[in-house]
Amino acid sequence: MAVSDIVGQRVFAQAPRRGVTTRLLEDERWLAAVLLLPTVVLLGIFIAYPFVEGVLLSVTDARVGVPGHFVGLQNFILLLNDSIFRVAVWNTFVYTIVATIFKLALGLWLALLLNRNFRGKAFTRAFILLPFIIPTVLSTFAWKWMFDPTFSVINWTLYQLGLIHGRINWLGDPNLALISVIVVNVWRGVPFFAISLLAGLQTINPELQEAAAIDGARPWQRFWHVTWPLLLPVTMVVVLFSVIQTFADFQLVYVLTGGGPANATQLFATYAYQIGIGTGLLSQGAAVSLAMFPFLLIIVVVQLLYIRRVEVH
Amino acid sequence: MARVLIRNLNKFYDDVHAVKDVNLEIRDKEFMVLVGPSGCGKTTTLRMVAGLESISSGQVLIGDTVVNELPPMDRDIAMVFQNYALYPHMSVYDNMAFGLKMRNMERGEIAKRVQDAAEILGIGDYLRRKPRQLSGGQRQRVALGRAIVRHPQVFLFDEPLSNLDAKLRVQMRVELKKLHNRLNTTAIYVTHDQVEAMTLGDRVVVMRGGLVQQVGEPLELYNAPVNRFVAGFLGSPAMNFAAVVVRDGDGGLRADNRGFAIDVPPEVGPRLRPYAGRDVILGVRPEDMQVANGSHPPGLCFDAMVEVVERLGAETLLDLQVGDQTMVAAVEPTIGAKPGDKLRFAMRPERLHFFDATSEAAI
Amino acid sequence: MIEGAKWRRWVYFYVPLGVFVLWLLFPFYWMLVTSVRPDRELYRPWMAPNYAPFWTAHPTLVHVTDLLTQTLFIRWMANTLFIALISTLISLFCGLLAGYALSRLKFPFAGSLGTGIFITYLVPQTLLFIPLADIIRNFRLGDSPWALILTYPTFLIPFCTWLLMGYFKAIPRELEECARIDGATRWRAMLYIVFPIALPGILSAGIFAFTLSWNEFIYALVFLSSAEQKTVSVGVTSELVRGDVFYWGQLMAGALLGSVPVAFIYSFFVEHYVAGLTGSVKG
Repeated sequence: MAVSDIVGQRVFAQAPRRGVTTRLLEDERWLAAVLLLPTVVLLGIFIAYPFVEGVLLSVTDARVGVPGHFVGLQNFILLLNDSIFRVAVWNTFVYTIVATIFKLALGLWLALLLNRNFRGKAFTRAFILLPFIIPTVLSTFAWKWMFDPTFSVINWTLYQLGLIHGRINWLGDPNLALISVIVVNVWRGVPFFAISLLAGLQTINPELQEAAAIDGARPWQRFWHVTWPLLLPVTMVVVLFSVIQTFADFQLVYVLTGGGPANATQLFATYAYQIGIGTGLLSQGAAVSLAMFPFLLIIVVVQLLYIRRVEVH
Repeated sequence: MARVLIRNLNKFYDDVHAVKDVNLEIRDKEFMVLVGPSGCGKTTTLRMVAGLESISSGQVLIGDTVVNELPPMDRDIAMVFQNYALYPHMSVYDNMAFGLKMRNMERGEIAKRVQDAAEILGIGDYLRRKPRQLSGGQRQRVALGRAIVRHPQVFLFDEPLSNLDAKLRVQMRVELKKLHNRLNTTAIYVTHDQVEAMTLGDRVVVMRGGLVQQVGEPLELYNAPVNRFVAGFLGSPAMNFAAVVVRDGDGGLRADNRGFAIDVPPEVGPRLRPYAGRDVILGVRPEDMQVANGSHPPGLCFDAMVEVVERLGAETLLDLQVGDQTMVAAVEPTIGAKPGDKLRFAMRPERLHFFDATSEAAI
Repeated sequence: MIEGAKWRRWVYFYVPLGVFVLWLLFPFYWMLVTSVRPDRELYRPWMAPNYAPFWTAHPTLVHVTDLLTQTLFIRWMANTLFIALISTLISLFCGLLAGYALSRLKFPFAGSLGTGIFITYLVPQTLLFIPLADIIRNFRLGDSPWALILTYPTFLIPFCTWLLMGYFKAIPRELEECARIDGATRWRAMLYIVFPIALPGILSAGIFAFTLSWNEFIYALVFLSSAEQKTVSVGVTSELVRGDVFYWGQLMAGALLGSVPVAFIYSFFVEHYVAGLTGSVKG
């Protein structure tokens, strides 16, 4: 391999002339604009535009097939005086708060259990995500069947165990309905919490726990002082997503109770559907949906601030 | 002609002036090393030549073409990165062939070039392997191979040896030098290691704080540094610095310091005269401090106490307490000094450097 | 490991874990049993004697066959598959490009755009469904899969973008810089270098997006009206209830079969799915 072989082969490369498109796409800003265009267009048309439309709708008296006239805040005032709406607001908050607390507690517990090494761990981990993966509506039907007042397998089990003597109308009893719905929501959400928190747990250096153990801390103390603070960032993000989804939940209640009995499980979303699509009062339905927004905004902002503060520490 | 001309080059990052008015000419086929501490602007300058950073003001010319507006792919350059930057999802062959494929070279030609480069670098056996299956040294060679196959006008190196262990580094240094001799292509090499600068460069540029301190051949910079920074940067162990006062002595000037007082050599005298009565900085390299025997003029001798003895085998380093400061002397390995010994030392007169106390420029 | 006596391990670990697993998986078992249970066993009140609910001695496939032949179930599956696939592809396309731009390029408003996309992720479908129904009608997309194919990306793209940004950020910049010096344009460096390396992330995002599409309900409920156009979730909910009568056997069979595609994909890509889930939380 003579040196001359390499040197002789060198071709003096004249800088090629580039087309306008190529030059344009080399510029960071133009490339970014092109890359972001599809996303911005899609999100603009199908989120930003509907949002504005929603606001506009809510200040009219439009109905299906009937264009509306501007009526100011009339719809919102109507809602404030609507007892069902007030019940829906209350239900939504109870539903969200109670469900989230249970999901967090049970999810955390499950995550801690899964954080150990045992035979079949991978299998177990894969299987417990199923409630989260299977389409909500479909698994909710299974629960509806399990709750059915006449044919409930839960009732049968409890009866056999001697715990009840009459039938329990899980979904038909106004006192029980919300609880039942919460149970299903928690059932669906625990895997999400568990797997996410498990991932968070696995990033915590085990040496920290060991050092604390050597220092004399008992398991509960170790958890509270070492594990929990380090888990907080992940926890807050998971809670944020979950709270938003739960607050705006529709599928579960629609399938299980449709909002009844006697509005015991009526939520923002189901009420909006009932009014807007069910009875065709579009503008009022839009107003109900929009009423969610300020609450969501506050929840999101508070949580984001908290997350940022936790991360800084 | 593949020379690189850098004219009045500046780079601003928001308010930070990272590269300040750099002017350099790298001649055709020259191996030019940019050296300096981290943050001195050497890498930024290199990246501006490569086209990876935008130029705030000034010009870069490769050959006779102003390349400011040209994207990296059109500048006919090749670069070797510190972390090798091998494409992990491609084999060694594909890594080396990538650039050629981008230029629509036909397959036979690509194969030939890759084989040639692989032979030169001794990586012919690894062509089918993926980067993760290679050692650090092998990866380095692939990175070099990838650059070579392009037959560029200019090679750019961004601290390519920093990730290798010490022994490998020394070995690769020699190989790089041999490679450069073979390929005879203009190269710009960035490093923070002054040993690499001294051994590899045809010429060396020392940078600090975005400014070019000095440009010249390695020995030129070593023997005649233009300021204290360059003097202290090149050479290991580093040059000793002592603050001295210039006094009028009998017959000539004396440099006085709380630890020692020596005669100013006559060649330097005239330059130092304007500083009479003031502070200047004296610089003397460890190898230019010798244990005094009778042959040294008394005016250049002084006493010192040995604090630490480091025997390297080829030489011995003595950490000396001279007055209230520490100086290092590099002496013959046969000198049997022990910590606590008081010895008499002498400085070689022709090897003394003086620097202005405020501007730090060489006097 | 829990130190100490074996009984402690049972009480603190195996029992709770077992209860969790049982609770989480029982409904699926129940779905399965119900789908193969003959009607006469199905509609026996729970207080009746000799009620053995947990298994059946006479499994039958009649519900399944009825479901497949007497209802539009297969059509619904096909619809849902089509919609989920196309929405996923669209969202991956947009997410890849947007994720790359936001994580690799410097341009004005990069921060606000990133935040904006994140915020759209948080906007729930139940907030927009009424005005969207109107818009869909105006675009004359009502009662067609395109109504969903175009609206699903609204919650899929932000997720994909965010997830992929995490993967892109882990790829060293030098790889693209080297590619650009080697002769690639920014575009080609993105295509040939960055995207192939991010393949695990693309897979995770795609699988997750597919699952999210399959699971969506309210848009499908509101935008689709004719039975042939419905997705599995909507079809099972609205068409398998005739009058006030719930055909539980078929319903459960439908629920089970409707879950199969998602579960199937999941079983092959569990790691990617989990990575997608945790990536979106940690990102």
